[in-house]
Amino acid sequence: MLRLVDAAQALADLTEISSQVLQVAIVEGDGRILATTIDDEARAARFVEGVRKLVDEAEGLRRQRALPDLAQLEAATLEGSIFVVRQGERMIAAATRPDPTVGLVFYDLKHCLRSLDEPPVPKPARTRTRKKADASA
Amino acid sequence: MLLAAGSVAGSVLYRRRAARRLERVDLYAEDGSMASIADTSPDAEGMLALARDLLVVAG
Repeated sequence: MLRLVDAAQALADLTEISSQVLQVAIVEGDGRILATTIDDEARAARFVEGVRKLVDEAEGLRRQRALPDLAQLEAATLEGSIFVVRQGERMIAAATRPDPTVGLVFYDLKHCLRSLDEPPVPKPARTRTRKKADASA
Repeated sequence: MLLAAGSVAGSVLYRRRAARRLERVDLYAEDGSMASIADTSPDAEGMLALARDLLVVAG
């Protein structure tokens, strides 16, 4: 079971390492927003809804052109780019600055999604050490 | 004079073309193949309009 805090931490890590990413959202297959950097709930919902439409249009285009299954996409405009990466049922979408380093953004988004499935790193176990018996006793 | 005017016009044309090249939709398939749809294609227009809206929402 994925904890929300893990997803939020994954996004925090992503925005820290990638200065090109402006906003990002992770969405489950049922449309539930797992985590997002958009602080306003209504704006986040509009963003995810728009991403879903974008993916639907891309799917239509893929079928029309008899292309293989869609894994990821970039819609590049002069104002910036929208990236979407799908992994299983889960999807991550990001808005970036104009003219981003495409390969790097895709890499960071995939890494972020993958990190959600990784088991948490266990903290090193604390070992109790017995006080040494007083030698003089 | 004519040469200077020509190079300015050429530079403007080049920049416009370069800017147009930036607007596109790239679809990446699971088998590693990629299809790039230019903004001149009617197929890309709707998706690019959606992307612009999303960038506004993203702020």
